[in-house]
Amino acid sequence: MTATVENVANALELEHVESHLHPEPSYDLAAHPVPSGLEEIWRFTPLKRLRGLFDGAASDAHLSWENDLPEGVTLGELSTEEAKALSVSAPFDRLGALAVANAGGAVLLDIPANAELDRPVRLTMRGDAADTLVWGHVVIRVGAHAKATVLVDHVGSATYDAFTQVVVGDGAKLDLVSLNDWEDDAVHAEQINLRAGRDSEVRVFEFSLGGDLVRTSLNVDYAGPGGSVDLLGVYFADAGQHIEHRQFVDHTAPKTRSNVEYKGALQGQDAHTVWIGNVLIRKVAEGIETFEQNDNLVLTDGAKADSVPNLEIETGDIAGAGHASTTGRFDDQHLFYLQSRGIEETEARRLVVHGFFNDIIRRIGVEDLQERLISAIEDELATVVGRLES
Amino acid sequence: MSTLEIKNLHVSVETDDGAKEILRGVDLTIKSGEVHAIMGPNGSGKSTLAYSIAGHPKYTVTDGEVLLDGENILELTVDERARAGLFLAMQYPVEVPGVSVANFLRTAKTAIDGEAPKLRTWVKDVNSALERVTLDPTFAQRSVNEGFSGGEKKRHEIAQLELLNPKFAVLDETDSGLDIDALRVVSEGVNRYTSQGDRGLLLITHYTRILQYIQPDYVHVFVAGKLAESGGRELAEQLESEGYDKYVKAAAAL
Ligand SMILES: Nc1ncnc2c1ncn2[C@@H]1O[C@H](COP(=O)(O)OP(=O)(O)OP(=O)(O)O)[C@@H](O)[C@H]1O
Ligand SMILES: [Mg+2]
Repeated sequence: MTATVENVANALELEHVESHLHPEPSYDLAAHPVPSGLEEIWRFTPLKRLRGLFDGAASDAHLSWENDLPEGVTLGELSTEEAKALSVSAPFDRLGALAVANAGGAVLLDIPANAELDRPVRLTMRGDAADTLVWGHVVIRVGAHAKATVLVDHVGSATYDAFTQVVVGDGAKLDLVSLNDWEDDAVHAEQINLRAGRDSEVRVFEFSLGGDLVRTSLNVDYAGPGGSVDLLGVYFADAGQHIEHRQFVDHTAPKTRSNVEYKGALQGQDAHTVWIGNVLIRKVAEGIETFEQNDNLVLTDGAKADSVPNLEIETGDIAGAGHASTTGRFDDQHLFYLQSRGIEETEARRLVVHGFFNDIIRRIGVEDLQERLISAIEDELATVVGRLES
Repeated sequence: MSTLEIKNLHVSVETDDGAKEILRGVDLTIKSGEVHAIMGPNGSGKSTLAYSIAGHPKYTVTDGEVLLDGENILELTVDERARAGLFLAMQYPVEVPGVSVANFLRTAKTAIDGEAPKLRTWVKDVNSALERVTLDPTFAQRSVNEGFSGGEKKRHEIAQLELLNPKFAVLDETDSGLDIDALRVVSEGVNRYTSQGDRGLLLITHYTRILQYIQPDYVHVFVAGKLAESGGRELAEQLESEGYDKYVKAAAAL
């Protein structure tokens, strides 16, 4: 395959780092055998609930897209080969490779160099039914020194597996918001591979509220020094839901920065969330800074939060590196303080949960989306907090 | 005219070795219009008394009652006690991340009054309450107590005291950790509150310093979980020169 050759040509020249935490990227399906479920990258995922995605059955069904594109922004198409040739990591797992192999080409969102968008790009992707199998391949290309906010809204239902490539040019500023607001029966697996240009500033927000199973893996590396990436997430799992967010930040260049913050709440029997934060600091990546944090608020019995931060360090020269993970119930002190000012217990709990999430939500800077998220959380809470005993 | 009566209050906390009694029969009556100061050494149980009145879940009342105008508030939840007219300014105010001061104050005011405050005047009320305790109006947008300095937390408690205007306030070492300017600001806030004439105050303190600014009607010495002596202002002066030694020794001899 010629594409393989191009990939190699485009790949960052890096030493190989052997690790069970992040497999070798490849477009080749044979490089990613069907998992048994025991593998490090699959062991938290209930494979049976992926509805046969691993069979890789052909489907030409699509999500229906509603697009709101500011001036200068275009939607086009790329052939699979053209997409593979882009300077972004190949898929790290079989689901990513399957999406590319089966999607039959990619949708390209192109934000030209130096563009400063006056409003966010909005893409709403709607699925019509849970048993509709959809393969997705999306490319988001942000030209050098462009400044853009891109909102991707997933609604309706589907069995959807997607591979998304994000190429961020030198000096560009990108806010990418992915909202997983599916109906209860959707299955959504997505791999987002992003390469941050020299001195670029990227923030990726992931919000996962709906769906029977949502599993995203977000893989970031750097095309040059000075890139800064924030990965921010909020998730809320109800009874029976499986919500899994994985990040792999590969510090492939010196003086780069990464900051990962995910916050989740869980309620109801068998609500399950997974957060895996992997950070690799390569030998070349001197003077980098990284921090990752995951906090989980367990609102009822029967819910389970898995949270695993991993930091692999190959260089001795680091400006700062750390991680933290907390999983807990309501803090009695918070509730006592609020109640001691006359605020009823249920209201106090609501304030605490909103406060917990607000920290991330308020950073989006898109008013209507912030309001929508706050009210979505309000709806989630209404189902259970009112009935909670302390 | 209201009365807060603490009668034979016994309180214990759970420890690894079982329940440990901290309050051993506290009797104290406060009427509206009165300022009571409670002074005592570290660990004597002053905060325990304050938290028990407010209903903190860590403390178990094993005997006695606390009556607000004849009603035993020990049967009420924490928020019900606050709505009944009690306020506790805490020794260590709690940080509540992500909840803005503005939102917190409006929610509390709405809960206490039973109706939302008038939007038009409320923002002004909040800003001037903050200003009176020399907190910048930008504090309204910050998370409750988060990253506040020790002194800012205490001043924030006093701003709440003024905005919520309870029948009875318990101030637990609000003076500790304040520099002389902050102490004056806090004392002025407390005096504005008491000068309404129909409010009761229980001022818990470790030092006589604040009593130069706030004039108590009664001073109580608190040692080993109960009141050891009660008197007027002159008792504070005596404590200033003699310390708690005499009382601690007497309590230990029991
Ligand atoms: N969980 C606990 N286990 C054991 N002892 C406890 C516990 N909580 C409180 N105590 C003890 O109860 C006693 C009273 O504490 P309290 O905080 O009420 O004292 P205080 O008079 O407010 O002291 P300070 O002047 O230092 O504020 C102390 O001896 C303290 O160590
Ligand atoms: Mg104390």
